[in-house]
Amino acid sequence: MVFDVTWLPQLTQGLLLTLQITTTCIAMGIVLGILLALGRVYGNRLISTPCSIYIQIFRGTPLLVQLLMVYYGLPSWGIYPSAFVSGVLALGLNTGAYQAEYLRGAIQAVKQGQLMAARAIGMSLPQAIRYIVLPQAFRIVIPSWSNELILMVKYSSIVFSVTLLDLMGVGKRIAARNFRYFEVFVVVALFYLVLVFIISQLLRLLEHRARIPGLGEHAEQR
Amino acid sequence: MSLLKAENIHKRYGKEEVLRGVSLELERGETMVVIGPSGTGKSTFLRCINQLTPPDKGRVWLDGVEVTHPKCNINRLRAQMGFVFQDFNLFSHLNTLRNVSIGLIKVKGIRKEDARKLAMKELERVGLDDKIDAYPAQLSGGQQQRVSIARALAMEPKLILFDEPTSALDPELIGEVLEVMIKLAKDGMTMLVVTHEMGFARAVADEIVFMEHGVVVEQGNPQQMFSAPEHPRTGEFLNKITELYGETE
Repeated sequence: MVFDVTWLPQLTQGLLLTLQITTTCIAMGIVLGILLALGRVYGNRLISTPCSIYIQIFRGTPLLVQLLMVYYGLPSWGIYPSAFVSGVLALGLNTGAYQAEYLRGAIQAVKQGQLMAARAIGMSLPQAIRYIVLPQAFRIVIPSWSNELILMVKYSSIVFSVTLLDLMGVGKRIAARNFRYFEVFVVVALFYLVLVFIISQLLRLLEHRARIPGLGEHAEQR
Repeated sequence: MSLLKAENIHKRYGKEEVLRGVSLELERGETMVVIGPSGTGKSTFLRCINQLTPPDKGRVWLDGVEVTHPKCNINRLRAQMGFVFQDFNLFSHLNTLRNVSIGLIKVKGIRKEDARKLAMKELERVGLDDKIDAYPAQLSGGQQQRVSIARALAMEPKLILFDEPTSALDPELIGEVLEVMIKLAKDGMTMLVVTHEMGFARAVADEIVFMEHGVVVEQGNPQQMFSAPEHPRTGEFLNKITELYGETE
């Protein structure tokens, strides 16, 4: 079998779009996740209940349904988001809910006494959260957050269903023309695999660099 | 005018009334030691003073300013009252120097380099200026508690509240912390100390307060309290605690 690779450059185009969508929705998810997590942990009932409901809805329904509701559903309300905006919006709103839950766990894992100590030296609650609780929560959340990031790289492939030409979308179009479905999708899969590998390595590096000296491997000593 | 005045402090957790009207006055430069059986509300009382646990009833004044006033700037007032916790509560993600300087930078708005110098001075005072780069998890309990004392001192508080500062320590580490506290008391720091260390109480306390079941049973100077307590419960408790903990400093 002669391997025809003239379609490879097109895949690179798709890869770029995949990267663009993933980074945008992750960034959106981080901001949303922080707000939701803070709302759930520190908010009064008026704030924490809507946050919980939001998280329940977005974790409890399929991502594909959410995407289709944004792209095909919003127009019936007079809002016409582009395919790109729909993709980023659906993915971002979804990952925000997951990231909020990871971060909430991390915030609650920071020892409560430290918040009290921060208040005792005169910090306001927002200051104590910002300078004492969150820096530690972010370190704790890195491993589960890495998982979420990797998932988002792969989940972003569903945007092909709203006409976007991301890695998956381009692959599908190429295969539909040259009928080499197997070869094309193997290469597409390899692209995702390499992407995920690079990202997970970077995150391991980040996790290592953010480690607090003396904590972790020897933490059980005391 | 006394530096600290607490009047008729009440605190209830659910059905249990932990504090049933505690009043105290502390003069500038004085060291007051609060003793009493566990679950008597001593720690709750300390937290009611700096409003980490707001009391249900009663008022507190620091240097003439009412801390319990709903319109007071509680963050500013808290910064004037050091608090040393039983389990240290150092900030895990910051090294020793940053643990001490962060309050200066973020609360007092002091420039970084100046805050560093001030923090160094306090760490010298507690004998830990050679550990400025270490993180809390790399320090012994005694060292951690000394850092937390330096953290309180750096804010230049008007008084320091100590909540059983040696109770979480291994016996051989208690001495180094008490040593620092005795030095502070002798330097004229105003201190309100909840502790079971009778040796410390005898050595530096100007006044001892015996609390039980949420009220002050008796208070007086150490000599009188140790030799001739008026209330039978005070004598009983002092005998028991001296037996248990000894009198070593």
